[in-house]
Amino acid sequence: MTVAAYAVAALLAAAGAMTLIRIVRGPTTLDRIVATDVLLAITASAIAAVAAFTRDPTSLPVLVVLAILGFTGSVAVSRFITREKP
Amino acid sequence: MTIAGVLDALAAACMIAGAALGLSAGVALLRFPDLLSRMHAATKPQVLGLVLILTGCAIRIGTLVDITTMLLIALFQLATAPVAAHMVGRAGYLDGHASADVLLADELAPDIHKFTDNSEEKTD
Repeated sequence: MTVAAYAVAALLAAAGAMTLIRIVRGPTTLDRIVATDVLLAITASAIAAVAAFTRDPTSLPVLVVLAILGFTGSVAVSRFITREKP
Repeated sequence: MTIAGVLDALAAACMIAGAALGLSAGVALLRFPDLLSRMHAATKPQVLGLVLILTGCAIRIGTLVDITTMLLIALFQLATAPVAAHMVGRAGYLDGHASADVLLADELAPDIHKFTDNSEEKTD
């Protein structure tokens, strides 16, 4: 189980690093919004993985709040996107 | 091999598969050329990756209250991720990211003037 925990941690860390590179580079704001959504999903996955490997359900309400409210940021920003050159 | 060992192996397989989906989305965000293909890749960890990791979490923890909480998490995530994707895709279309050379069919183009609120397009 420890091997699985290290494997999941390595995979999620690599995924988060690549998503951060896209957030920094991303030519337009919409690319950054998509990458931020992915980073939020990876963070939620990491919190759930910690809860699973320690068998400690304390942090699960955080995931409920993230799942309900996580989309409001990207909706709000993409609502007010104006025309921009990539 | 005991029942607990089998359940742990199943949970570990689910969680590694979910984390691999997250990694695939990270690679795709770096490699894919335009906004629409990046949005296509971005849905994998948002829906299936999170649901797989929550499945592993439910197998590991296994009390009824926490499984109900995880069902709520999956339900809210399934309900809210399409809203954000719809808004981002709409803004991307209006912003010119979905140009004619990347689309096979564009059924929005004849009616797009109804949805843009530019004053000069309303006058004609």
